[in-house]
Amino acid sequence: MDGHRWFGVDRMKRIVLWPPYVWLLILFLLPFALVFKIALSDMAIAIPPYTPTFDLTDPGSWGATIAAFDFENFQWLLDDALYYTAYLSSLRIAFFSTVLALLIGYPMAYAMARAPVQWRPVLMMLVILPFWSSFLIRIYAWIGILSNEGFLNMVLGWVGIPPLAIINTNTAVYIGLVYAYLPFMILPIYASLDRLDPSLLEAAEDLGCSRAEAFWRITVPLSKAGILAGCFLVFIPVVGEYIVPSLLGGSNTLMIGKVLVEEFFNNRDWPVASAVAVVLLFVLVIPIVLFQRSAERGDSA
Amino acid sequence: MSDNAPFAPWDDPGATPLISYKSVTKEFGNFTAIDAIDLDIFAGEFFALLGPSGCGKTTLMRMLAGFEAPTAGQIVLAGQDLAGVPANQRPVNMMFQSYALFPHMNVWDNIAFGLRRDGLPKDQIAARVEDMLRLVQLQKFAKRKPDAISGGQRQRVALARSLAKAPKVLLLDEPLGALDKKLRQETQFELVDIQEKTGTTFMIVTHDQEEAMTVSTRIAVMDEGVIKQIDTPATLYEAPNSRYVADFVGDVNLIEGDWRGDALHWADGQAPLAVTSDAAPGQAWLALRPEKIAISKDKPDAANTVPGQVIDIAYLGNLSTYVVEIPGGQKIRAQATNARRLSRRDITWEDKVWLSWTATAGLVLTE
Repeated sequence: MDGHRWFGVDRMKRIVLWPPYVWLLILFLLPFALVFKIALSDMAIAIPPYTPTFDLTDPGSWGATIAAFDFENFQWLLDDALYYTAYLSSLRIAFFSTVLALLIGYPMAYAMARAPVQWRPVLMMLVILPFWSSFLIRIYAWIGILSNEGFLNMVLGWVGIPPLAIINTNTAVYIGLVYAYLPFMILPIYASLDRLDPSLLEAAEDLGCSRAEAFWRITVPLSKAGILAGCFLVFIPVVGEYIVPSLLGGSNTLMIGKVLVEEFFNNRDWPVASAVAVVLLFVLVIPIVLFQRSAERGDSA
Repeated sequence: MSDNAPFAPWDDPGATPLISYKSVTKEFGNFTAIDAIDLDIFAGEFFALLGPSGCGKTTLMRMLAGFEAPTAGQIVLAGQDLAGVPANQRPVNMMFQSYALFPHMNVWDNIAFGLRRDGLPKDQIAARVEDMLRLVQLQKFAKRKPDAISGGQRQRVALARSLAKAPKVLLLDEPLGALDKKLRQETQFELVDIQEKTGTTFMIVTHDQEEAMTVSTRIAVMDEGVIKQIDTPATLYEAPNSRYVADFVGDVNLIEGDWRGDALHWADGQAPLAVTSDAAPGQAWLALRPEKIAISKDKPDAANTVPGQVIDIAYLGNLSTYVVEIPGGQKIRAQATNARRLSRRDITWEDKVWLSWTATAGLVLTE
């Protein structure tokens, strides 16, 4: 009997469960351990640019290596206002971009879900279409639109409005972020609105609701799952976003992704950069866990 | 009116209808869904709109609920012209075919939804919801979400929700379509019971003639945007005014012929069929219900006898339907109750038989 089970369904189940864990181990936990180890090291002018390193040929020295690790890089992140203001600024920018994307994305998703059935695949295609070109190129295109001699100011000039200085400001960053992440807001909301039975709204009206009231009491609560999914899908990547703030933002645009890149490549301070990355991960774990929780609740409901 | 008098306000010329459709027309683009319909429905009625899908019955109901506006004509409810009155201000509630229960609210909140919109005090809402739960026997399920109860229970929640505001008229759109046959039959009687208890005027849309016959006081049979006949279930069955109605309500044999005022000449060399009818002479059809035709092996002594051969027998348990081919090749269905056990019955396939019926069994239809 035992042999049976060993080669039977239970064993198959266990084998099938392995790949995700192996994936997680190799592509997430090991790299994270490496980064964490570097974050505990000190900067050095060497290759690699940190010390101490494990001498793989001499296991006897490993104890001394571990003893040399310390948390002084994390201490440094606390001491220098640059870092925590960058974290806070990233969170703030991510929050407002998410709110803006929701305010723009919800009506778009709603219009799509209300459009005639034969139009919906076309509208869906139009939302997805930007993904067919490179993210970097699309953000570069915004430089062409927003810069001082750019397309926008040219059009404003034709109608006699004085030019706007948008490029290299936070406004440009918001425009870029909302533009880039809007599809991630629209698609889950559209999916939840598309499933909504229109007779629910008729029932609400029949029972005494005005159109607006029916929208608030029926449509919004029933698209909550889509709204939450959209918000997390925008918020989480925007916190660590680097390309948009570095191309469209100015010197006073403070985002942690930018700080991270500067530490790595400009200062070549890998240990501090690693510490920034580790803290960023923990900052993002909170919304990710919240998202997971709400998704699970959505499944069971 | 004494308690024993039958409920029949439609026969009383002095009675004022609760609902009046006055030459109501509804067009969708080039398609005429409703064609100049006049219809009066009285308070306390259980009125059925019966017809095949696409005949306009649902449109007729949705215009009363306020979800569609008539292209022409007028709908009057309790003396008030409903033109321009939005759906949320009409004293009418609807029970939807899909039930349309709000999935994010529990049973209690679903039933309370309409009452809360009226801004009633909390204790009144609670009392009313409890009453409704008791009416549909769902007190135990008040805190459940709609997806945690059965289809039959959902149907009752939908009914309770639409009755909670005590509407002047309750509209039921194919209310039992999603239930299985057994549950549907039980629920039909429950509906009638609740209608009598609450005294609300019910208007039901259905394509199921059995359902319409079971529940309603009167039925309007519809076809392609017009009403073919409005009558009580019994009149509709026994005295249909057209072949369409005769065929839609129940099972019928139609024999075409030349009606000469006292008999229908239907086939050369066959005796004309004697019928008592005051229909105008001309081309006509004799409508005969299968259960009104007797079948026997020997020629009986009856007003009408037609020879034939049994080509099929459908055994339904309580009754059997015999399909008999008569001269000219037409197939006639005759029904007999199986009062005797199977082995004692003598008619079988290929047998030569006689069909017979009285002069008053059939109906001459000229339409």
